[in-house]
Amino acid sequence: MTEYFTYLWSDYTLRTITLGTAVLGAICGMLGSFAVLRKESLLGDAISHAALPGIALAFIITGAKDSGILLLGALVSGLIGTYWIRGITSKTHLKSDTALGLILSTFFGFGMLLLTFIQKQPNANQAGLDKYLFGQAATLVESDVRLLIIVTAISLFILLLFWKEFKIMLFDADYTKTIGFNTKFIDITVTFLIVLAIVLGLQTVGVVLMSAILLAPAAAARQWTNKLDVMIVLAGIFGALSGVFGTAISASQNNLPTGPVIVLVASVVVAFSLIFSPSRGLLLREIRFHKNRKDLELMKALQLMHDIAKTHEDISHPHAIRILNDFQGYTKSSLKKLEHRGWIEIEGSNWAMTEKGFKTAAEMYNQQSEDD
Amino acid sequence: MTNPQIEIQLIAAVVAMACAIPGVFLVLRKMALISDAISHSILPGIVIGFFITQDLNSPLLILLAAFTGVITVVLVEYLQKTGLVKEDTAIGLVFPMLFSIGVILIAKNASDVHLDIDAVLLGELAFAPFDRVEIGGADMGPKSLWVMGSILLSIIMLLLLFFKELKVSTFDAGLAASMGISPVLIHYGLMSVSSITIVGAFDAVGAILVIALMIAPAATAYLLTTDLKKMIVLSLFFGVLSAIAGYWFAHWLDASIAGSIATTLGLIFLLVYLFAPSKGLISVLYRQERQKIEVSLITFLIHLSRHEEESERHINHLQEHIDWHEVRAKKVLNLALKNNLIAIDNDIITLTEKGTMFTEKSLEYIFENRDEKIESMKESFFLFRG
Repeated sequence: MTEYFTYLWSDYTLRTITLGTAVLGAICGMLGSFAVLRKESLLGDAISHAALPGIALAFIITGAKDSGILLLGALVSGLIGTYWIRGITSKTHLKSDTALGLILSTFFGFGMLLLTFIQKQPNANQAGLDKYLFGQAATLVESDVRLLIIVTAISLFILLLFWKEFKIMLFDADYTKTIGFNTKFIDITVTFLIVLAIVLGLQTVGVVLMSAILLAPAAAARQWTNKLDVMIVLAGIFGALSGVFGTAISASQNNLPTGPVIVLVASVVVAFSLIFSPSRGLLLREIRFHKNRKDLELMKALQLMHDIAKTHEDISHPHAIRILNDFQGYTKSSLKKLEHRGWIEIEGSNWAMTEKGFKTAAEMYNQQSEDD
Repeated sequence: MTNPQIEIQLIAAVVAMACAIPGVFLVLRKMALISDAISHSILPGIVIGFFITQDLNSPLLILLAAFTGVITVVLVEYLQKTGLVKEDTAIGLVFPMLFSIGVILIAKNASDVHLDIDAVLLGELAFAPFDRVEIGGADMGPKSLWVMGSILLSIIMLLLLFFKELKVSTFDAGLAASMGISPVLIHYGLMSVSSITIVGAFDAVGAILVIALMIAPAATAYLLTTDLKKMIVLSLFFGVLSAIAGYWFAHWLDASIAGSIATTLGLIFLLVYLFAPSKGLISVLYRQERQKIEVSLITFLIHLSRHEEESERHINHLQEHIDWHEVRAKKVLNLALKNNLIAIDNDIITLTEKGTMFTEKSLEYIFENRDEKIESMKESFFLFRG
């Protein structure tokens, strides 16, 4: 790997590609945060598929293979798809999942129809269009990367300019409207930026996997913070890292398509975040559950002992351990723990309750009945 | 029509029907995107199955891949249950990962796997008639027709057997549970059936177009009816119609059959979306416009009934007082005149007896917070009927 990174500085093509995927990952991660928080995660999936006929039509009309014109076509058809989805969900009783699936599949089908149609044309040299299906990072050239950087800069500028509006809109759209913001404008701006990011990624990752680049870094970042600004920065970093490492891994072996590798790297980041995040992570949550359950069992054992002990005048009167046998919560280790906390004393095969243990048990009982 | 042409259309129609039935329930259960997730994530299952069997139509491969589909559903639901990510984010995270694994598996073993990446997305319906079943040397027709035919038959049988259970659990999961129908069982049953259908159809139409075949007919039918049985029949009809029309469209363009079928499905949906009698876009917009006018009319009548003085009831004053555009004001006036709710005398508007009654009644309903009653009242006053 280190060898690869030294090589990276000397090889121009590889440097261009790596820079391209890194910038792409960053911009998608940042804008993806909005998609995730707006609960429109799969809108990206639909948009990226809906962009395909635009690419094909732009090619048929202009005959150009220049990625700028093709991406413009993608942008237009992506926007049409998005607004049709909005139209379906707002004007009919069909739900958003149906609308998304419908637009996604029929637009993509139309795109494929056009692509196969182009392939059959005798004069058309269509070799460049297939890359939009699964993406080919290797086709990134300097001008593409420059375009990516410019768009990223513009998006960042807009993001900072309307930061307050975007933020308030995310968390309370109705409130935003009542205090007089033009929610339609904010909404259109955010949607437009998301569509733009998706369209830019098509060449590198392809229509099929584009949504993952948008979602995964944002979903991972969400696990580490509750603050929007931190989340967006983190998502950008995760996205860029996925891009860099994905490109590195795919370049280090033959026959490894870049897009899918980037998606897998991003998925690993998500899995890691889901499991190991300190506040929300599954691992710590599991540990907390386990500890609580252990505590509960200990308390149950103490309760039982308390019930036995309180029938005697002297609460510290020793009892045989074996009378606890019928009780499930008791094990040797739990007895030791109880002793360790100073609630009971063990002598040979007998146990005796301490003053402290009796008090704790009695109080626990009181607390419970108060709660009821 | 040549023999392979008939066979291709037959296969397409059978695939469309097999997809349409589970599709109806997915759409009604708001789980349409699960088909998206399944159709992508079965790819690694298909590739691994292909390593083992070397045959895309082998039952073992279908079961293996369908199993991957069910695993996807379980994984998505597990992720949702953790509460760490939202519902659709979970779908969006799981399927690209599995799909990527599938694509990488194909790319790494390109020399061993005769599984084209284009075929994954598009299927190879045009080649389906070449892979035939032969029993004792006799030609029994294309293999995929047999595979999809048996899947379709099983689906129809399951549908007939469990129609009531499916219906109840789709519309009221709580009621279903209280009737002793396990919603979990029905859910996973439906998921398994969808998985198997998608895997079977995958070979013919590819990963993404199978989504179109599942969702589009059901969505189109849902705009036309709210009766479950009618919806299933309509979906079957739209599915078969698009399959056959799509075939001929592709034939004419010399392009992908599957892409053309999906395009036809989209076009049919567009038509129905625009022109459906009560739920289409045009009739919805018309209804919304009419409701706007009705609200204006009631406001206008109430204004009239509250003002005795002539200056407030002058035709020119009303326009500036209620602040309507001229067109709108005219529309409301005309409507009121047509229904004999008002009379205009020397540019002074007065409520007629019918108008007074109408206004009093609607006021009463508004005060008692029973706005919905106004709807039936409009009927009894013959509003909008001239």
